[in-house]
Amino acid sequence: MTVDASGHAGAAGKAGGASLEFRGVTKRYDSGVGAPGAVNDLSFQVPAGTICVLVGPSGCGKTTSLKMVNRLIEPSAGEILLDGVNVQSQPVTALRRRIGYVIQQVGLFPHLTIGRNVAVVPGLEGWSSQRQRARTQELLGLVGLDPRRYENRYPNQLSGGERQRVGVARALAADPPLMLMDEPFAAVDPIVRERLQDEFLRLQRELAKTILFVTHDIDEAIKMGDLIAVMQEGGRLAQFGPPDEILAHPSSEFVARFVGEDRGLKRLSLRTVADLRVEKMGRPVGLPRFTPGTKLRDALAILLVADTRGGIALDEGGRPRGLVTVDAIASSLTDDPPARVGA
Amino acid sequence: MSGEPLVRWDWVGAHIGPILDRLGQHLYLAVIAVSIGFAISFGLAAVAIRRRRLYPLVTLIATAVYTIPSYALFATLVVFSGLSIVTAEVPLVLYTFILLVPNIVAGFDSVPQDVLDAADGMGYTAGQRWWRVELPLAVPLVVAGLRLAAVSTIGLVTVSAILGDRFGGLGYYILEGYHRTFPTEILVGGLLSIALAVAADLGFVLLQRLLTPWAAARLAPGVAVR
Repeated sequence: MTVDASGHAGAAGKAGGASLEFRGVTKRYDSGVGAPGAVNDLSFQVPAGTICVLVGPSGCGKTTSLKMVNRLIEPSAGEILLDGVNVQSQPVTALRRRIGYVIQQVGLFPHLTIGRNVAVVPGLEGWSSQRQRARTQELLGLVGLDPRRYENRYPNQLSGGERQRVGVARALAADPPLMLMDEPFAAVDPIVRERLQDEFLRLQRELAKTILFVTHDIDEAIKMGDLIAVMQEGGRLAQFGPPDEILAHPSSEFVARFVGEDRGLKRLSLRTVADLRVEKMGRPVGLPRFTPGTKLRDALAILLVADTRGGIALDEGGRPRGLVTVDAIASSLTDDPPARVGA
Repeated sequence: MSGEPLVRWDWVGAHIGPILDRLGQHLYLAVIAVSIGFAISFGLAAVAIRRRRLYPLVTLIATAVYTIPSYALFATLVVFSGLSIVTAEVPLVLYTFILLVPNIVAGFDSVPQDVLDAADGMGYTAGQRWWRVELPLAVPLVVAGLRLAAVSTIGLVTVSAILGDRFGGLGYYILEGYHRTFPTEILVGGLLSIALAVAADLGFVLLQRLLTPWAAARLAPGVAVR
């Protein structure tokens, strides 16, 4: 990364996040009850600094819900509180400038350079050009783009993944306490998506923004969310909770079907070898070795393919800690949910 | 070979001053027509964009006007405004609508919806969004319309020569050369009119390059893409 040496890197988001609450939020459309995009009596709370993922089939109202936060859509009833204040009581442009907004098609301004795209909200807010420039360089570095290389390019000179990074940098520019992300990684190929997700989670650990994230992909929801709101047709909240809880105890037939028959495997992807109670072992030879960060789902896959009765769990220092077995992995699902991967 | 040469260069040499005056008048008449035409077309396009249902009507009227033969229009207007500059300019202005309005509308239509959504979501006011996002992105198609209007108008200015020698620009020479059966004048008037149209077109191309550096920017060879 090319963040300047003056220690600016960490200053990007120390403001942290704001709390967000939906209270009986309803959006009706003229086309009637259950119209695509309608939202029905939605209530949930997102604590400051956490990622809440709205997930559900298309037409379930998740994007509508997101757009009611920055008032691109106004609710028919109910209220949305940002740090305890109803968003509808605030001037709309001022509100929007305090909320980062990332969309699937990115929506970069084709006629502005990357640097000026990132500086859009600071520019609207009247920052000095010097401060805008410093902030732009800091943010481009933060999302892994060398400012010297990218600052003066235009969006059509970037790849899809690079554009998406710029989109994130632009949303972070004025250091908003809340970020709205509408399928932000859906338009790039799976490999790039995975990398962007990982990098974003790493960034979030530093920034601790409050994030409302929309996706139709349950795997992405499980990976990104501290909390997941599963929505179903008609804009109703089917279940709300941490990923492991939703996978372990789906509250309805709909949720169980939506999270998939392989929800047990999905829960394993929320756990790592470090979470596992290992068995004592003798002198194992030629067994697969797992670093503490290995997801149990991956460890299980390796054990099944290797056709061995177990593998070796290593500790942080790379020393053998004990034996990982298929049985131990399976029984880990009856344990209490672990702390979030990487949290 | 006997008889008159096609171009009598001695005549051209003796009339350089008046020829340049006519060229200037030609440009003057065209600039006025395109400027006024552009201003009115922009207004019409703005209405059509805001009230979509009116767009077919606007197009219909612009097309209908365009079907009127220019000679007939000039001749008719003489009845109302005499042999004045108004009579010369009104048809020229009217004929620009059909070329400008659809291009201006298309220019604003070409602004991608995701860009507008992003602008709204980031807190642009409506005015800021229009000036800083919509207008700049509409420029390529708007300029395309201006190029057409300029070339078409420069050609039509010659017809206004029928209103007398105070109008017509280079068309004056075409008309006079026709009456005197003097090809040199016809060629001078016609070729310079063409040259002026080409120059105006190139001028707009250059203007567009200056206004939209982003449209020309493409991946340079050898730039790594991730």
